[in-house]
Amino acid sequence: MARQLDPNGQSLYARFSRYLSEGDDRLDQDMIREVDAPPAVHDPEPVPPSAPFPPVAEGVKTRHTRVATVAYQLIAMLLTAAISMLLIWTTAKLPSFGDAQNPAHNEVARRYVENGMDETGSVNLVTGMILDYRAFDTLGESNVLFTAACVVLMLLRSGSREERIEIEADERMEDRNRDEILQTAARVLIPMIMMFGCYVILNGHLSPGGGFSGGAVIGAAMILYLNAFGSGASGRFLTIRTFRFVSVLALSFYSLSKAYSFFTGANHLPSVFTTGVIGNLFSAGLIPYLNIAVGLVVCFTMYAFFALFRKGDI
Amino acid sequence: MELWQSLPLVSIILPLFSAAVMIVLRGKGARAFCFAVLGGETLLSGFFLIKIRAFGQSYTYPMGHYPAPFGNEIRAGLFEAIALFFFMLILLLSLAGGLHKLEEHVRKERMPLYYAMILLMTASLSAQIFTNDLFTSYVFVEIMTLAAAGLIAAHGKGRAILASARYMVMNMVASSLFLLGIVLLYDLTGHLLMSPIRQQVAALAAEGQYKLALIVVVGLITVGLSIKSALFPFHSWVPDAYGTASPASAAIMSGLVSHAYLFLLMKIIYRVFGTELFAVTGIENVLFVFGLAGMLIGSIVAILQQDLKRMIAYSSVAQVGYIFMGIGLGSRAGMLAAAFHLLAHAACKSMLFITTDALIRASGGSSDLRDLRGAGFRARLTAAAFAVGSISMVGFPFLGGFPSKVNFVRAVIDIDPIHRIPVLIFLVLSTWLNTLYFLRAVISLYTMGKQDQPRREERVRTGIAYALSLAGFIALNAGLGLFSQRIINGLLSGLSMFS
Amino acid sequence: MILTNYAEIAAMILFGIGLMLLLLNKNMIKKIIGFSMTDSAIFLYLAAKGYISGRKAPIVTDGVTSAEAYINPIPAGLVLTGIVVSVASSAVLLALTVRLYRKYHTLNLDEITDRARKGEE
Repeated sequence: MARQLDPNGQSLYARFSRYLSEGDDRLDQDMIREVDAPPAVHDPEPVPPSAPFPPVAEGVKTRHTRVATVAYQLIAMLLTAAISMLLIWTTAKLPSFGDAQNPAHNEVARRYVENGMDETGSVNLVTGMILDYRAFDTLGESNVLFTAACVVLMLLRSGSREERIEIEADERMEDRNRDEILQTAARVLIPMIMMFGCYVILNGHLSPGGGFSGGAVIGAAMILYLNAFGSGASGRFLTIRTFRFVSVLALSFYSLSKAYSFFTGANHLPSVFTTGVIGNLFSAGLIPYLNIAVGLVVCFTMYAFFALFRKGDI
Repeated sequence: MELWQSLPLVSIILPLFSAAVMIVLRGKGARAFCFAVLGGETLLSGFFLIKIRAFGQSYTYPMGHYPAPFGNEIRAGLFEAIALFFFMLILLLSLAGGLHKLEEHVRKERMPLYYAMILLMTASLSAQIFTNDLFTSYVFVEIMTLAAAGLIAAHGKGRAILASARYMVMNMVASSLFLLGIVLLYDLTGHLLMSPIRQQVAALAAEGQYKLALIVVVGLITVGLSIKSALFPFHSWVPDAYGTASPASAAIMSGLVSHAYLFLLMKIIYRVFGTELFAVTGIENVLFVFGLAGMLIGSIVAILQQDLKRMIAYSSVAQVGYIFMGIGLGSRAGMLAAAFHLLAHAACKSMLFITTDALIRASGGSSDLRDLRGAGFRARLTAAAFAVGSISMVGFPFLGGFPSKVNFVRAVIDIDPIHRIPVLIFLVLSTWLNTLYFLRAVISLYTMGKQDQPRREERVRTGIAYALSLAGFIALNAGLGLFSQRIINGLLSGLSMFS
Repeated sequence: MILTNYAEIAAMILFGIGLMLLLLNKNMIKKIIGFSMTDSAIFLYLAAKGYISGRKAPIVTDGVTSAEAYINPIPAGLVLTGIVVSVASSAVLLALTVRLYRKYHTLNLDEITDRARKGEE
């Protein structure tokens, strides 16, 4: 069996020992050369396997860079150790792990546990906390995700028509080698993953789950669909227009309903959304609807990130 | 709870909702919608300022049906209202002034996303000004950081993307340190809202427990926010970021973003740690020293710059040093000086950045200072605005910079014997250095250059929005200078209800 | 207490390593990995802080709502928010890296700075 040689004609062992001796700059160059170079058709003359170090062509310069690399690594390790030591020393004096007398377990946590189910209507106390007691933070968090989606859209979405035509041509070439096994498996798995994701979102207030985790699961299903069937198939209904539409609906519903909730809370007015019967699917006031909105935003944002990184267009 | 007291809530939710809607608009509709929302927000904040001045005290507004510390809350007072009103004015004027160049630079399809980011920054600004909770402030600081990274990289040129990447890396370091500080503080006190944390921290400091942990926490949070607002040793991202971004982005970033973080830092010092604890940990002195160093080194490097935008960027570093010097003094008068300089510097620096585009066009497309000669005759309004901004930074009377420096002097003379000598020396030194590079640029603007320089427009044409925005900026600076006493009184009473 | 706070100490070591990666390494992807490590370290710390020995996860089962039966739910909520913020920041950093690579064909930040500077002159 012939030894595997990379496009530069060197064995894996030779590359690894070169990396050890010259630092990871060379590894970067190799990575980049591999990505950019076309695949070698014929093997160039093989390098003798007993020469792990390449011949030193520029004597003094290599020694200088080697000293600089070693010095840099030493300083980096010392600084890391210093910062970690300082933080460890601080942590060593902080309250113990798992102790019930910690200052963190005070009357706030007690109230969330004891009255959480009655006041928010949610059986899952963590969901009740983030979507009712501290809902303002979650509003900010969904908007962080939206901001990131906007920035990535602005950076990566190909603007001109020529670029889009080029990307479509690349896609058509790729479509010829679609993987049979992946497609068959995807046809079985995607509906089940989506159903599970919907279950996690809808039961956010009854069992472990919520909008964020369920949204990530559904987003994974959409990414699997894109990978298995190509962008021609997924581009039929998962377009930039869908993304925009869903984002507008979900985020504006979220901000407006939370504004209503904050306003009624501050002015001591009763809210229209009552807690309902605890344990039902549609109980706990606004929480199931907020979970759905958040789940939609998260799944489409995950899909948008993947599609933009993969081919520059949704 | 009267109706006008819900205005802070509106000022946070309105831009969030509008940013979500902005993503489906395009073209002229997007632009009109953005300006409508920004204008509405400015009017709201002005109205709120009038109302709260009459009300005379600060109040807390629970966000949800539960009182603090079980639910979230925001808190509004006179200082917050003044700051919000000024920052909204500066944002509106900067966007209007830089709009022309922005529409050249940024692709048409990406403009609605740019407006969405501006609206998200507005929401984040309101939230940071009014919040009374540490974790909420972290989340909204992240919104502002990500939106600012988008603003820098908006026009897609290689150097801008590199500047944005370096900005993001430094800010991610800062965010991690800030979050770690908040988490350690939660571990020590068990609260996330600022007022309960203060009581707990005071109790812990009185008992003498957890001394090292408290110092580390104060250090982490301060370093995190200082990196984000470009304090002296952490300012490496500033020249690239402000120098390569579009003028509107640079104006908004230098005038708004770092100042919002500085406001948050002042709020945390007052409301979470308390000035006594802050003085005891010695971090105050560190900030003071770094502020002084920043003032000096920022000005020295600015003198050595050849590029107009980078010179203004380094001047930003120097001016932020002033503000940290004020915070580092530790007294109420020092905070007042820092707060007033916050407003004066924002108004002035944004105007300077907005004028750079027309000045560059008047020098034949070169941003080199040597090609700037005579540009004052080819772009009259622009050069006048640049001159006003420069002399305001130097400290000429009747403009914003003068009362600001007087405040700094007042904060140390007779009251503060320890800090008196360094502050006075460094004030004099930095004023002299500021004059060296700012007045040099202004003088070169108005000297006729050689006739054989590269082709440039005889009279640089600028739109009416640009002219209006520059007029607004000049009026704002003059207002800060002429009505400074009234504003200082407002700030004083605002600071007294701040803690 | 250094003997009992294992999770916290591991979190601080990870935080130090990640922070140094983020600051000192020149490769953009390694910086992003470092950032991811610092945030994961903070979440590990938070998750450890919520735990109380002998108690269960904060989902109300069998109608038991006494505070002695469940762990502290607050840190769990903070971790949820923090993870989303971390994902968003990583996405923006990665998008910037992709753009930089497309333009300058290297991941080394010093190299990119050199090439950008040469490109200007």
